[in-house]
This record gives sequence, C-alpha cells and structure tokens, in this order.
Amino acid sequence: MLTQPPHRTRRELLKLSPLLLLGSFAVPSWREPLLERGVAWSDRASGFIFRRDHLAASHPDADVVPMEQFPYNGYDVIEPEIDFANWTLTVTGAVARAGTYTLDQIRALPKQTHNTRHICVEGWDVVGRFGGARLSDFLSIAGAEPGARFLTFTCADDYYESLDMETALHPQSLLCYEMYDRPLDRGHGAPLRLNLPTKLGYKQAKYLMTMEVTHVLPARRSYWGDQGYSWYGGI
Amino acid sequence: MAASDMTTPRVARPVYEHPWAVRFCHWANAVSVTVLAMSGLQIFSAFPAFGPKIPQQNLIDEIPEAIALGGWLGGALQWHFTFMWIFAGIGLLYVTSQILSGHWRTLAFMPRDLPGLWPMARHYFLFGPKPAATGQYNPLQKQAYTTVMLFGTLSLLTGLVMYKPVQLSALGWFFGGYHGARLIHFLSMCGLLAFIPGHLIMVLLHGWDNFASMVIGWKRYPEYTSGDKS
Repeated sequence: MLTQPPHRTRRELLKLSPLLLLGSFAVPSWREPLLERGVAWSDRASGFIFRRDHLAASHPDADVVPMEQFPYNGYDVIEPEIDFANWTLTVTGAVARAGTYTLDQIRALPKQTHNTRHICVEGWDVVGRFGGARLSDFLSIAGAEPGARFLTFTCADDYYESLDMETALHPQSLLCYEMYDRPLDRGHGAPLRLNLPTKLGYKQAKYLMTMEVTHVLPARRSYWGDQGYSWYGGI
Repeated sequence: MAASDMTTPRVARPVYEHPWAVRFCHWANAVSVTVLAMSGLQIFSAFPAFGPKIPQQNLIDEIPEAIALGGWLGGALQWHFTFMWIFAGIGLLYVTSQILSGHWRTLAFMPRDLPGLWPMARHYFLFGPKPAATGQYNPLQKQAYTTVMLFGTLSLLTGLVMYKPVQLSALGWFFGGYHGARLIHFLSMCGLLAFIPGHLIMVLLHGWDNFASMVIGWKRYPEYTSGDKS
C-alpha cells in the first residue's frame, strides 16, 4: 500500500542537509570566528537602529536610587592613583585644537543633569542622577573633524574604551563630573567619567585621562570588548 | 493531507505529514532553543536575581556547568547574540510557511477545541477512553503547539526589549520596561522548556514511524487516516 518509492525518502532526508551548517558551531576552530561574526553582525544591526534623536527615558527624582545603592562595580581598584591638582584631559587625533583641557574648561560648558537608567551587561540596573557637559559640546570646542568616526578614551587605571561618533553626538552623552549633584566620588570615576544613557555600563569609562579622535577604529578598542563583550554595547 | 479512505478502513495509507519547512525548522529550532536556554542560564548567573543590585537577593547560588554554555558571561552573550538571529529566522520561516500553506488551521488552538481538551487529557493522564481522532492533531496537541509558539514569540520580543531597552522603549512599554521584559523572558524560557519533557514522552510512546515523519516527512501508518473515525 506504500505510495512512495524508497528513493523518495532518501531525497527527503538530503533536503535537511542545510542543518549541517549548524554543526559548524561544533567545530572547535570555527566556533570562535563564527561567534565573533555573530556579535559583529549584532553590533552592526544595533548601530543601524540607533536614533540620535531618540532619548533615553528621564526618570522623576523619586525613582532615583539612593547613592549608596549605586554600585561602584570597578573591575579592579576603585581608587586608582590620580594627581587631582594637575589633572587634565589630553585630547589628540583628528581635532583642530589638540591639547590638554582642565576640569574648569569642561565645567564652563553648558551643564546638563538627568536621571537615567544605568544598565549593566550582567543584567542589573539602577536609575542614577548624572551631571556634566555634553560630549558634543566638548567635541565642538576641541574642533573635531566632521568626518571623524570614533573616540577612544584611556583611563587612570588600565581601562580603555572607544565610542562611535553617532553615540558621542547623542544629546544625552555626557562628560560627567557630577553624580547626585555632587562632584564625582572616587569610586564613580573622579574627576571625569562618561555617562552614556544609550550604552551599557562598561562603555561608560571612569577616571578619564585621554581622548583620541580617529577616522578608524583602533586595534585596542575596548577593555571588555576586546575580551569578548560586544564592542558597540548599545541599548 | 490524504482524507480517510472509507472503502478500505484499517489499511493505512502513507501521508506526507511534515513538509520540508516544518522539519527543517523543527530540528534547527531544537538546536537553537538548546543553545539559547543554556547560554541564557549562563547569562542569568551573572545576576541571578530580579530585584535590586543592592541589596542583591540571588534566586540560586550557581548554575551547574553541565546546563550552561559559554564559560563566562561574555562567551554566553556571544552564543546568545548569534543564535537569537537563527531563532528569529527559524520563527519567521516557520510562521511564513504555515500561513502560505494554510496548515496553521490544522495546528492552531481555537475556541472550538476547548471541549475536546478534557477528554484528551483524561485519556493521556487518567487512562480514560481514547477520543476519536478529529484531525492531524488532537486538542491537547494543538494547545501545546500553540502555547509553545506563544512562549517563543514572547521570548523573542522580551529579548529584544532587554537588548535595546532605549531604542525599543515603545515595545518595552508593553512588557513593563526592562525589568518586566527580563522577568517575562525568563518565564517564557521556563514555558518553552516545560513543553519538552511531554513532547519527548509522546514521541517515545508513538514510536519510530512518528519520529521518522519529522525526518523524512512521510508517515507510513497515520492514525487519522486508518478509519478509526467511523
């Protein structure tokens, strides 16, 4: 009573052969490049859906967690050695006015304060209060070249992080010198950190020392990104 | 699908039960759900709580290594961010093929299937009499295949909200924002996993012919064409 000749089942089986592509993830030497490509693809899609005019939610003061419930979450020392009296931000690369900038020069820029959600890659989040100068304002006084695409920051510890220009120019991206209306404390990155409500926590480098403006992404892109986290880290 | 042959009852006719898209999606999905659940548990272990960070109240101490994937948070995220595309792609292919073929009508749980639920459950769990077959899938199966699709869709949407809580804030609103999405994402994984034991037991009970149909498409002795209906 069987209506299908035997060769037909073999053909049906062969039609499933594209499934073997999934097996490539089981090949040890292929796994890492495949997964890196997966993350790179996700990063590209993330950049694609990023809208510079779409603001992260601003929360009422009542939603802000008390400062003692805002984790320091450093990866190593939370109080790296910094000469606060002589601290400057050194700016290099594709800018018209390279050089050192004092904290007073950054404070002289229009100040922005917002209550935004800080989300950690680990899964927890806190609503905090941040104040500082818009990164976009600082880039215009430094004279960043219009075609420049990336900012790379180094920190007083050995942390480093880079940022796409689209995010840097987002109106909520801050060179942050205040949290909870007080100067940054040491654990939160004194004297200057990034506050980026459109990025995960690890992109928001603390203890900033240098900023380089570039047209291409440097080889050393990101302390955590170079270890396997998404470089883009956008939310 | 072949209709029941009234002239030769009790003699089964092979039926091409599962077209290529269904079989391909089924097996690719089996892999992707496994990868996503295991890497998801590894990700969850980085912050195994649903409350605040300070003070942190962990739901579990540690995820056993045997059911986690990726080795550390970054490795697990790589698996998750790669296979989310595969999972979404399979879902899209499956839903599209079900709609184009019209096959969803035999599979989707509808209000008219409600009365058949209890007799079927009584048969499965309480050794009650077997209700007459009414189609390729009985009401309990339809319920299972429909809710599992719902959990899959929920996990995809809440995953998007967790991935882009700012860019997709409008979608996030439906799920209670980042926190709500994280919780629903976890619960829909539990729902997806809850489907699997029952599914595997039924596959074991129904034997080789039924299993083979998910590989080669053909079922030699389909129950619903054997004349049991009369």
